[in-house]
Amino acid sequence: MSALTFPGYRRPNGDVGIRNHLLIIPTVICANQVCTRIAQIVPETVAIPHQHGCSQIGADKQRTFDVLAGTGKNPNVGGVLIVSLGCEVIDPQALAEAIKVTGKPVEVIDIQEVGGSVKAIQLGTELARRMREELDRIEKTDIPFAELKIGVKCGGSDATSGLASNPALGAAADSLIREGGTVVIGETTEIIGAEHVLAGRCRTPDISQRLYEIVDRFEKEVERMGADMRGGNPSPGNIAGGLSTIEEKSLGCISKCGTAPIEGVIEYAEAIPSGGLYFMDSPGNDIECVSGMAAGGVHLVCFTTGRGTPTGSAVVPVIKITGNKQMYERMTDNMDVDVSDMLSGTMTLEEAGERIWREIREVSHGKLTKAEILGHQEFSINRIGPSL
Amino acid sequence: MAGPIEAGADALVMDAADHVATAIRDIATGQTVQYVVQGVRLSLVAEEAVPFGHKIAITDIPEGEKVRKYGEVIGRATTAIPKGRHVHVHNIEGIRGRGDKAKGANAS
Repeated sequence: MSALTFPGYRRPNGDVGIRNHLLIIPTVICANQVCTRIAQIVPETVAIPHQHGCSQIGADKQRTFDVLAGTGKNPNVGGVLIVSLGCEVIDPQALAEAIKVTGKPVEVIDIQEVGGSVKAIQLGTELARRMREELDRIEKTDIPFAELKIGVKCGGSDATSGLASNPALGAAADSLIREGGTVVIGETTEIIGAEHVLAGRCRTPDISQRLYEIVDRFEKEVERMGADMRGGNPSPGNIAGGLSTIEEKSLGCISKCGTAPIEGVIEYAEAIPSGGLYFMDSPGNDIECVSGMAAGGVHLVCFTTGRGTPTGSAVVPVIKITGNKQMYERMTDNMDVDVSDMLSGTMTLEEAGERIWREIREVSHGKLTKAEILGHQEFSINRIGPSL
Repeated sequence: MAGPIEAGADALVMDAADHVATAIRDIATGQTVQYVVQGVRLSLVAEEAVPFGHKIAITDIPEGEKVRKYGEVIGRATTAIPKGRHVHVHNIEGIRGRGDKAKGANAS
């Protein structure tokens, strides 16, 4: 087992990437189109258009900044081009400095300063082309799986998620942790009703206390809204798939993180420590959660689904896993791993876990996920305040 | 949490304390449903159709009872649910995340 390695891109600060992206970040929605155009012109670049960066204050503004900075710092990103409008609340120079601590190349252009969209696209294209050439010179080296960090996520769940795909993913998560690797689980909303099970697995009473606090904070927010969660979560699709309550969904959800102790609770988009299992305080919303994990530094996300979802990510491969055979056959375009034979009793939990663990190893070696092949590059930032 | 899944079952029971089994194929009204609890193969007659992925009561559940799956509470029965009936949003409700039942909420 000690020989388990993958060929990765070693970054100047010692981080390791399993992909070598040139990332184009708009600091504000107004810079989206310029970023998208540059990404269309220069191959092997990825842009992350988003709706934020202006009319934001306080912790909400900080969260947007942290997600943009974290995505730039993600080890799968080799270089970053920041495109600013020039008058937004996200400071492009501060963003560049936050990403530069990794030692990777970062360039900034300002649309107002260079004189409009056409000139910004021209300058950005020249910069991106040159940066891409540099990134293509980086040679891969053998990296132990102990350095791999993965997120575990479920979305578009049905009853097969709790019965098959989530326990199978849990077994794969345990395999990575045995190698010395790191796993992060999120979705605070979707441990409501199951938090006592996870709290019992926290390394210290303080961590357990923190887990209860973040669930309580979320549940109070639902109370403030005066609404029943049901309908929003479990969603109409979850309910059609047989899930009746948030408690049932949560109890099915938590098995995807395996059986290791929880070493810490971290904030949304916060840098994930190395080694063992961590909980990230995040919404259940698929794209916001995956984007938060990517900003925290995961290399890839394993994503279980029963209803079927095409979700990908701008900077991390997303491996789609299902326990629903009918859906797998209908949506093979989007699914990477089928563990539905668990339900007929012809595939054991161990076999299903090994199948997912093998997929994790292959994707780390460079195998493209279905979401990557189809160009799914979803990106979304969780908001915690009003637009001004 | 989940024990080994037996070949040939129509529905899965996740824990000996559970009130419900989850259908792993579409179940028709009047069908005999095979399931396993702690290695013992059992059966019941479905009183109504239960779609794939949905739950069927494997015991009579009184109104107000906390309903269990995975050995844990997944909600409360809003009406008495006889053995063999479909268990879902029409007869169980969540206990958590109920802002509509919070003090001061404008619940109708």
